Amino acid sequence: MKQLLKLEPRRKVAALAAIWAALMAAPFWMPLLGGYTALGTRVLVLGLAAMSVNFLLGFTGVLSFGHAAWFGIGAYGCGMILKYIALSTPLGILAGTLAGGIAGAVLGALIVRRRGVYFAMVTIAFGQVFYYIAFQWSSVTGGDDGLRPFYRQPLHLGVATLDILNNAVAFYYFVLVCFALAVAAMAFILRSPFGRTMLAIRENERRARFLGIPVELHIWIAFTLSCFFMAYAGSLYALVNNFADPRGLHYSQSGDFVMMAVMGGMRSFWGPLLGAVVFVVFQDYVSSITINWQIFIGFLFVLVVLFFPRGILGAIRRTVVAS
Amino acid sequence: MTQLLLFNITNGLIIGAFYVLMAIGLSLILNLSNVINFAHGGFLVVGGYIAYTLEPYLGFWGALIVSPFLTAIIGLAVEKTLISRVYGRDPLYSLLLTFGLAFILEDGTRVIWGANGKPFTIPAALAQPLSNQFFFITSYRLFMVAVVAVTIVLLFLLLRYTRAGVRIRAGTLDLETVSALGVNVRALRSLNFAVGIFLAGLSGVLAAGQLGLEPTMGAGLLMPSFIAIIVGGVGSLTGTLVGGLLIGVASGVTAVFFPAASEAIMYVLMAVVLLVRPRGLFGEEGMLT
Amino acid sequence: MTKRLKLGAVDSRALIKAGGVAGLAQIAAPFVWSARAADTIKVGIIDPFTGVYAAVAQNELIGVKYAVEQINAKGGVLGRPIELLVEDSANDVGTGVQKARKLIERDGIQFLIGDVNSGIALAIAQVSNEKKVLHIVSGGHTDGITGKDCHWNVYRVCNTTKMEANSVAELLFNKYGKKWHFITPDYAFGHTLQEAAQADLKKFGGTVTGNELTPLGTTDFSAYLIKARAANPDVLLVLPQGLDMVNCLKQVAQFGIDKQIHVAGLQQELESLEAMPPEARVGIWMFEWYWKQPGVPGVEKFVADIRQRSGGKVPTARTWFGYTSMMSYALVANQAKTLDGVTLAKALGNFELPPEVKLQPNKCYYRAGDHQLMTSAFVGEALTKPAGDPEDLFKVDTVIPGDKTSPPESETGCTLQWPA
Repeated sequence: MKQLLKLEPRRKVAALAAIWAALMAAPFWMPLLGGYTALGTRVLVLGLAAMSVNFLLGFTGVLSFGHAAWFGIGAYGCGMILKYIALSTPLGILAGTLAGGIAGAVLGALIVRRRGVYFAMVTIAFGQVFYYIAFQWSSVTGGDDGLRPFYRQPLHLGVATLDILNNAVAFYYFVLVCFALAVAAMAFILRSPFGRTMLAIRENERRARFLGIPVELHIWIAFTLSCFFMAYAGSLYALVNNFADPRGLHYSQSGDFVMMAVMGGMRSFWGPLLGAVVFVVFQDYVSSITINWQIFIGFLFVLVVLFFPRGILGAIRRTVVAS
Repeated sequence: MTQLLLFNITNGLIIGAFYVLMAIGLSLILNLSNVINFAHGGFLVVGGYIAYTLEPYLGFWGALIVSPFLTAIIGLAVEKTLISRVYGRDPLYSLLLTFGLAFILEDGTRVIWGANGKPFTIPAALAQPLSNQFFFITSYRLFMVAVVAVTIVLLFLLLRYTRAGVRIRAGTLDLETVSALGVNVRALRSLNFAVGIFLAGLSGVLAAGQLGLEPTMGAGLLMPSFIAIIVGGVGSLTGTLVGGLLIGVASGVTAVFFPAASEAIMYVLMAVVLLVRPRGLFGEEGMLT
Repeated sequence: MTKRLKLGAVDSRALIKAGGVAGLAQIAAPFVWSARAADTIKVGIIDPFTGVYAAVAQNELIGVKYAVEQINAKGGVLGRPIELLVEDSANDVGTGVQKARKLIERDGIQFLIGDVNSGIALAIAQVSNEKKVLHIVSGGHTDGITGKDCHWNVYRVCNTTKMEANSVAELLFNKYGKKWHFITPDYAFGHTLQEAAQADLKKFGGTVTGNELTPLGTTDFSAYLIKARAANPDVLLVLPQGLDMVNCLKQVAQFGIDKQIHVAGLQQELESLEAMPPEARVGIWMFEWYWKQPGVPGVEKFVADIRQRSGGKVPTARTWFGYTSMMSYALVANQAKTLDGVTLAKALGNFELPPEVKLQPNKCYYRAGDHQLMTSAFVGEALTKPAGDPEDLFKVDTVIPGDKTSPPESETGCTLQWPA
């Protein structure tokens, strides 16, 4: 982050423009490289989830290994609205985001005093509570078979109707807009005084405490915000699949999100998105070639941890700075 | 009803004993090295499969003794080559590393032994209920409890009366001081890790006698051990012991009245403990918090 | 590595060479597919090749691959060879849906097979329906697939839970007794299976002493077994599948419960029996297909051919599911002389499988009203001691035709909505 800020503003603007241009043109260039629109949509949603994890991990220094729970609650919340209550996509997203965010806020208050490994363990364990609820309360959640049937609904924009159900490209752009809103909100928070305080806590918690910053309160707010973003991503995920299932809440899913954040570079804002691109595409590619793709994913984890602990962006930045 | 309850409490203690064995290994590694070993379930499965492979040659008893040692050797190799590199770094990295290892171990077992389960047989003498009324107390389950009890007594004796054991305990409390006193911390951690994986391997052989031996079997057994540690309090092996038994009983009893919650009850128990006593039942204040 | 290659009537050495080159090319340039032959018909299979269903999914794949080999050796479909694309759903709905979109949108498959997991099968059926691609669910048993969630483009090869229950119930009742106690896995598959069996039992005039709902992934069944034994039933029905079933039956045997109560169940599979020690292989069950059928045409050849391709292992019901799903597509497409999804879906209704595909004594056809394959149930007993061949672990008593076990089309709850 610090290094990012040191870059000249012009280069920064150029980089931002490049990222958004690439995202906006994705439906056109991806097929040329063997990609497909649905993969792009999925990358966006998982990338947003990874960025939400990183909002807490990279900018506050708190490791939650149970964030998939909020992601999954978001998905179920959105799905349940569409299935049981109202055929409205925005309402589904709103409900999913609120459900996951509020659940996260309550739990956050319980565990905010824990740190390090212990915090990670407690978040895993509590995340699993929600996993088991989704898995076993089958009369409401559909249990192992998942929650269905529900479908994302066309958007009525007053002048026109956008058919995001059947038109994959339209849906991609819809998700991109949702993604942009969340990312803008994240960037705004990080630039605010609150965001600076988060960084201060990450860099040196004890000093922040001496300066009179209510550390627990700040961590709780950061945790809660991160849960809201996560649940938002989750409700989009329900729309991507037209389906919600318990495995979206499992701790192994949390592990994947943390991995994306670390692999891309958890000290940079865009790192997790890059991580999600690499992770999802790698997994998609390897699992088409061999059924023993898990071994490759496992080795990817090992490689990143041992050789690229700062992630791809971290490694690039280091070489740039060195040269 | 009282009888049913009594049966299930006994039964829960038996199940809990098994959780304890696995959780103690996990706990040892966590306490000294600050590493949550996600791959613990993977090592358990490897232990089970090694025993399955050895059984035709060494018989059940031979496999029971040899397999944990072989598993520990594999664990030691993994520790030396991979895990030791992340000691002292942010716990994030050890989490991700062992998470990846869990993938490799599960898929590796599938590649070597196949995706379908394997029939691991136990001696006929052990596969018998002791009495008609207490049919759920088979000689195998009693034997399992005995193995767990002996192992844990031995472990506690080792930790109390041997030099390495005392160092491990001291290192759990204050690693810096132990290191400053000239103890080779790296070797100590390796030894400690190997002991932990030995226990995982032993759990694997015992589990294979009762459960279906399959590459995915470890994943379901990992979480209860986690909870046992949190309930008992991180840093305390006694706590892990009590925690394991407690969740065994809780889940056994719940299975009678409200089976859908028999897993969830462990988490409820954990939440209550964390609310009332955030450091866990036997956790020391300030430890790893 | 060579999975994405077309298995054709090409000289095998050339194929291996081509495989090497294509494989390398794929690794070198992940997203460039320019070298692909354009004249193949692409077929996709999505199954959980990793996770708890890995064993059955891998057997299904063996069957599909064998079918592709057979089809291509006889000139393919409409003169074009089949190219099989294999994707792992990893037992995860999100991944399964994404893979379905990948196969349909990017690879342009004409036909989809999968998934073993009912939840994923339902989810990808939504995708195949949206994209109007013919789809055969090979191994997901939940009734909804050919019931209230049926689609015009989706067919199913394996049994419904109702069919499974109906096939065994009568024999169990007559042979073992009228007081039943259930151990039921707590998810949709288990619930429908149990309800169907209970309905049959009521019809015969029997009673249920209890139903233990066990969470999926239960490792220790002792608490449930304690309750079940206390209820003193005649029959204990073990309904969990896969690893759960192995765990349960292992514990049943160790507790000696099978010596006091008759132990039985509905669906049983060779994969599960092979994972159990001998003493756990007890009771009356139904197999959806069995490899030992003396005198039934084609079975011996099928078994011998599969053995050659699976390291000596016999085909299981899952192998047959995969084989039949693939063969059905080739047969109906060659008969209708088109690849159009709607025409083919119409043509598969009432389509009868020839002897070399059905590999069972009774008539075997797809029902037009709900798209369910009317396939036989193989009812019999699990064998503690293998009868000769080490994989002969089941003794078939009766083979009941599918239209005897299945409820009539009007009761399935399926209304097909064809595209306008």
